[in-house]
Amino acid sequence: MSDLKSTGPQTMDAPTPEDALHEAKALNAEDHRDASGRLVTADGRSLKSSLNRALRLQKARAMMLIAPLLIFVLVTFIAPIASMLFRSVENEIVANTLPLTTDRLESWDATQGELPPEAVFQDLFFDLFLAAEAKEHTKLGTRLNYESTGVSSLFRQSGRRLDDIGEAYQDPLEDLNEAWKEGAVWFELMSGQGQTSDGVVTNQIDRFNKLTSSNLRGDIGFAPSEEIAALLPKTTRAYTAWAVFTVFEDEDVVAAEDPWEAVYAALALDLQSPGAADRIAAYDGPQAELLQEAAANLEILPEADFTAAFLDIDEDWGDINRWETFQVYSPKYTDGYFLNSVDLQKTPDGFEARPENERIYITLFQRTIFMSLVITGSCILLGYPVAWILANLPTRTANLLMILVLLPFWTSLLVRTSAWKVMLQQQGVINDVLVWLGLVGDGSRLVMINNQFGTIVAMTHILLPFMILPMYSVMQTIQPSYLRAAKSLGATNWTAFWRVYFPQSVPGIGAGSILVFILSIGYYITPEIVGGTKGVFISNRIAYHISSSLNWGLAAALGTILFVVVLVLYWAYDKIVGIDNVKLG
Amino acid sequence: MADASANGAFVEFERVQKSYDGETLVVKDLNLSMPKGEFLTMLGPSGSGKTTCLMMLAGFETATHGDIRLDGTSINNIPPHKRGIGMVFQNYALFPHMTIAENLAFPLEVRKIGKAKREEKVKRALDMVEMGDFGGRRPAQLSGGQQQRVALARALVFEPELVLMDEPLGALDKQLREKMQFEITDLAHRLGITTVYVTHDQTEALTMSDRVAVFDDGRIQQLAPPDQLYEEPENSFVAQFIGENNTLEGTIKEIKGGLALVQLDDGGLIDCKPINVSEIGQRTRVSIRPERVEFNPARLSDDAHTLKAEVLEFIYMGDIFRTRLRVAGNNDFIVKTRNAPGQVRLKPGEQVEIGWLPEDCRALDAA
Repeated sequence: MSDLKSTGPQTMDAPTPEDALHEAKALNAEDHRDASGRLVTADGRSLKSSLNRALRLQKARAMMLIAPLLIFVLVTFIAPIASMLFRSVENEIVANTLPLTTDRLESWDATQGELPPEAVFQDLFFDLFLAAEAKEHTKLGTRLNYESTGVSSLFRQSGRRLDDIGEAYQDPLEDLNEAWKEGAVWFELMSGQGQTSDGVVTNQIDRFNKLTSSNLRGDIGFAPSEEIAALLPKTTRAYTAWAVFTVFEDEDVVAAEDPWEAVYAALALDLQSPGAADRIAAYDGPQAELLQEAAANLEILPEADFTAAFLDIDEDWGDINRWETFQVYSPKYTDGYFLNSVDLQKTPDGFEARPENERIYITLFQRTIFMSLVITGSCILLGYPVAWILANLPTRTANLLMILVLLPFWTSLLVRTSAWKVMLQQQGVINDVLVWLGLVGDGSRLVMINNQFGTIVAMTHILLPFMILPMYSVMQTIQPSYLRAAKSLGATNWTAFWRVYFPQSVPGIGAGSILVFILSIGYYITPEIVGGTKGVFISNRIAYHISSSLNWGLAAALGTILFVVVLVLYWAYDKIVGIDNVKLG
Repeated sequence: MADASANGAFVEFERVQKSYDGETLVVKDLNLSMPKGEFLTMLGPSGSGKTTCLMMLAGFETATHGDIRLDGTSINNIPPHKRGIGMVFQNYALFPHMTIAENLAFPLEVRKIGKAKREEKVKRALDMVEMGDFGGRRPAQLSGGQQQRVALARALVFEPELVLMDEPLGALDKQLREKMQFEITDLAHRLGITTVYVTHDQTEALTMSDRVAVFDDGRIQQLAPPDQLYEEPENSFVAQFIGENNTLEGTIKEIKGGLALVQLDDGGLIDCKPINVSEIGQRTRVSIRPERVEFNPARLSDDAHTLKAEVLEFIYMGDIFRTRLRVAGNNDFIVKTRNAPGQVRLKPGEQVEIGWLPEDCRALDAA
């Protein structure tokens, strides 16, 4: 406060009683306030904002110092986690690959017991045709195969025979007039005249980008006229899709190439649509005669029946359950991976348990948590006495022993784990010794590996240092005088330990337990090597989905659950023990 | 408990020796006997063996040789928790995870005293040290002085007959320390507790104790009441260690009629009281307290020897003057005079004559 006094009235010469009066007034007025009663500085700015301004510079400087690390952490740690969390719900591939089909499927009611209408099959043809040309349909097949086995082969097989469906329309048209074989003729017809419809092109470019996960832009050298887009909507869409593909993927010129079969099929559908003949007759754009000729000879084109065509390729397309799966998984975001992670599955009516033989994740989660608890417990039991001895020995000896504790850190994890394999296997060291001692018959050697026992033993050994170190650092701070005081107050050795020493060492146990538990809940290598089938953890399953089955969504969902479990435990620990009590050194 | 020992000693050390490494003795032949209710301080520089003695008494160290008796019973083989000795530690050693009340209840709990009785005793002990309102706090929430009081209350709550204190005031500031010194002695005398107090602060030892045992080199150098210790040190270590002291080196010329004539190294002659010197020609170290030196030879007896001195420094300290002189080759000869009316204020460079009563000047061993 007195710092602000400089603004008060002051005189240079010796103080007089009058000065004292001024000073007293100044003391009252010295905390300057503005109209709303807030403190302000001498030049009238708000004190708060002035302080903030002063601190901001300091903060900015401090921020710049930590910026490299912050960015590094964000990029390499936060971002991957965020991306993983996102992947566990992301399901855009279905809508991106089959945009028309998923749109139309929305209104289909699976409970009616009927196949989707013909229009859905038509859309499926165009969607799948483009996807097959871009070789994206197999990816979708793999994705949907997680939910319904067999979809993968259904898509792959269908992709090969889509051309046949289109050729059924292409051949008669080309027989009618050779001009339909000419790319230039098609280009002229589809370009039309007058105002161009750029929206169609943009839509198709977006669609192409989504399908192939690329980000291409630019002029494709083709745009349909608005007139032709209204006259032949399906053909325009199919032709534009082909044009975009031709330019971006094949890097060819649109006018020089024949369109693919799907365009002929689209033209056939347009020609067959009700009222098309009249509108075509009235059209006078480029190649109008060719179009009118085709319209006049409709009878050469086969009746459009895509349902039958698909059923002909594979009768699985007639399976309502397949279509249910497509419908359930068509939204862009799905909880399907999470449901799968807890052995549930999605049906149009809601959730239901997966079949008995497909339920593994709940068991795995339970096992992971149970075994992590056992490992943490074993580490406490084994580590506590060691930490106690380390903390109570003279420094020289303690340092020597500490090296022994740290020794495992300097050995490869793989070597340590493999060593346990040597020790624990049925023809291994421990069994040999037991047999030699006559404790165990040669025929009944103990099974100690490739099961939970082996995993617990090996992981306890590997994680023990993580328990001992925090315990040690906490115990070091407990002065021996506490024990002496307790004893002088009449406590026996045990009471002194249990009532005085142990409670003070709890923060060390807590820190060690958190470390060991969190490490073990996500452990991978050791369970993989010594765990067999009965001793594997959830992380082994995650690794399997990441690297073998390539079901990243499920792996991400499992990982997210694991992450949440750890956070919940951490939170619970904070509530019960208090995270402030955790000391790591 | 009745005094079982023949000589009425409550605590007794008999020929106690202690060695940690089997090569050197930390405590050499300790003999000590304390009556009930005495406040005894073990004073000495660090490494003199005083804390080891305390730890042997508490039971945290075992004597290598000899016997320690409490109330006539040898306690050598009794574990600490069965000795029933209260102890206050240097850092208080209050259990940080318990409240003050829980700390105090701990010794009662392990003695299986009922809850009601326990609470009553805890309350009484806290009131005794004026900490009645702090029962629910944790040690970390208390100031040093408050922690000290709690530690004291905890050591007393189970009513031990013997209380040990290991430099309990070491961590406090000066003012608080003086206040606590008074409180501790007051409490000890009021309750009639036998107290063994360890410190390296001689003022503390002098002001608090009934008797002080000065330790050095594993032995008790002198065991005496404070005034005797200060005024009549028995050897030059005690003379040096307790209070401020001027020393002059010399040789015994003559001993007669309870007085010794000492020839100082520069040739001057002085009268002394021989303490632990007996032979003519023996080297001696003469000890004179700074406040017993006289500038006015008229106040001395007629036959007293005087010495010439040169004033080197005069320090004004308010209540006293401190004058540094050069005497018989010693440049650190200090004289303290009271700031009384008419007291001379010497200037550096002045030549003066100083003297003292022979009984204030003690001829001690030269070691």
